[in-house]
Amino acid sequence: MLRFFFNNQLYLGLAQAFVAALAAISVVLLARKRGIHLESETLIAMVRGLVQIVAVGSVLLLLLRSPRWTGGFLLAGMIVAAGATSARRAKGMAGAFRVSAWSIALGAGSIIALMTWLGVIDTAITSLVPVGSMLIANAMNTNGLALNRFRSDVLAHTGEIETALALGAEAKNSVSPYLQASFEASLIPAIDSLRSLGIVWIPGLMAGMLLSGARPVYAAIYQFVVLAMIFAASGLTSLVSTLLIRDRIFTAAQQLSLQPGR
Amino acid sequence: MIASATFDPILRTEHLGRTVKDKVLIQDVNFEVHAGEVLAIVGPSGSGKSSLLRLLNRLDEPTSGTVYVEGKDYRQIPPRVLRRKLGLVNQRPYLFPGTVAQNLQFGPQQHGECLSQESIEKLLGCVGLKGYASRDVANLSGGEAQRVSVARTLANSPLVLLLDEPTSALDDTSKLEVESSIQNVVHDQGLTCVLVTHDTAQAARLATRALLLEGGRIVRVGPINEVLHA
Repeated sequence: MLRFFFNNQLYLGLAQAFVAALAAISVVLLARKRGIHLESETLIAMVRGLVQIVAVGSVLLLLLRSPRWTGGFLLAGMIVAAGATSARRAKGMAGAFRVSAWSIALGAGSIIALMTWLGVIDTAITSLVPVGSMLIANAMNTNGLALNRFRSDVLAHTGEIETALALGAEAKNSVSPYLQASFEASLIPAIDSLRSLGIVWIPGLMAGMLLSGARPVYAAIYQFVVLAMIFAASGLTSLVSTLLIRDRIFTAAQQLSLQPGR
Repeated sequence: MIASATFDPILRTEHLGRTVKDKVLIQDVNFEVHAGEVLAIVGPSGSGKSSLLRLLNRLDEPTSGTVYVEGKDYRQIPPRVLRRKLGLVNQRPYLFPGTVAQNLQFGPQQHGECLSQESIEKLLGCVGLKGYASRDVANLSGGEAQRVSVARTLANSPLVLLLDEPTSALDDTSKLEVESSIQNVVHDQGLTCVLVTHDTAQAARLATRALLLEGGRIVRVGPINEVLHA
């Protein structure tokens, strides 16, 4: 319908963005009626997201024509930004940014490096940056989910944790059930994506590969490759971040420092 | 040497205090607990009773002063060792999912020990729950759960038992059951005990001495009747 009113691609894009944003805002308003307040966070996230993607989109061609070595710098910048974004899901947890950045660097960074070295990811910047960014973005989401779940579980179970400590348990043992639950919960999206590949969703990358002349079977297999890499990167990130954050919620005297209202 | 071992306090606080974000929770608290005695810490809600017990178990860090356990500054004792020596029973039992026996095994397992079936039955006998070892904790009443919690702490063979309002969340019948278990453990076994309670009648029934706390400071300390009826 919008195409009927807009001939200019830029105006069409803006109209499409407006309609999509309207749908998102409607959901936020529905949530508000149920006493769930996401207004400011969602609005800021949408405006930020739009500005960022437009800014990157305007220089993307330039970036994709840069020399290969710049790919590493771009991905490193993305890791730092991803660390800052997902650290916000761990309010009150000391060192959440450091933990997030290191975890994503170790999780996504090592999988990108390994897969590039093995030739699974092409070293061309047009391949390395888009595929790498997918791995980093998913690792960021997994890290945010893991930290958020761990924080909620610890705050909801301070009694159980301190009881274990009072009985002489090591700090790391007192939170191990919550650590395990956080790790498992954080990987649900990655596992479900793998499970539903080709049935519930067909990634945009596959359509792009087909349009650029790749054989359909290879394009299909490569979707699996990407999702398997996403799972590996996300899982490793979550594993590292939950282990790192675990040690930061206790003092040197094995006292639980993450407490409700503190 | 013998006299010193007998009369030295098992637990002594020295100018103990804790302030969090400019809020004084505990201030300049000095008291002693001798072997075999039951000291009740009484006072109105918010007077710092539970905060004081948390400091004794070192679940929180003092911002001033310290605690001496058998004459040793407790900051020199590894926290896990200290917490086994000063066993804490909370207001709520917080039993771990599983059986009663698994809960009793928890403490000893933390330092690589395995509690024998005989020891488990003996501990359960102390709290009037003989034959409960294989029961799932999900099926226990509030009073039974609290008694399992007491037995679980005793499984670590503590030097001092710290009880934080152990009956405040229970109905009258369960309260008497738990009290009877505590009396059994404390009086029959001669275990040293620090009991936090807002129930002065309970303090009178269980304790020999009392410490009245108000606004995080000690107002009175002495024989139970003198403190409660002053």
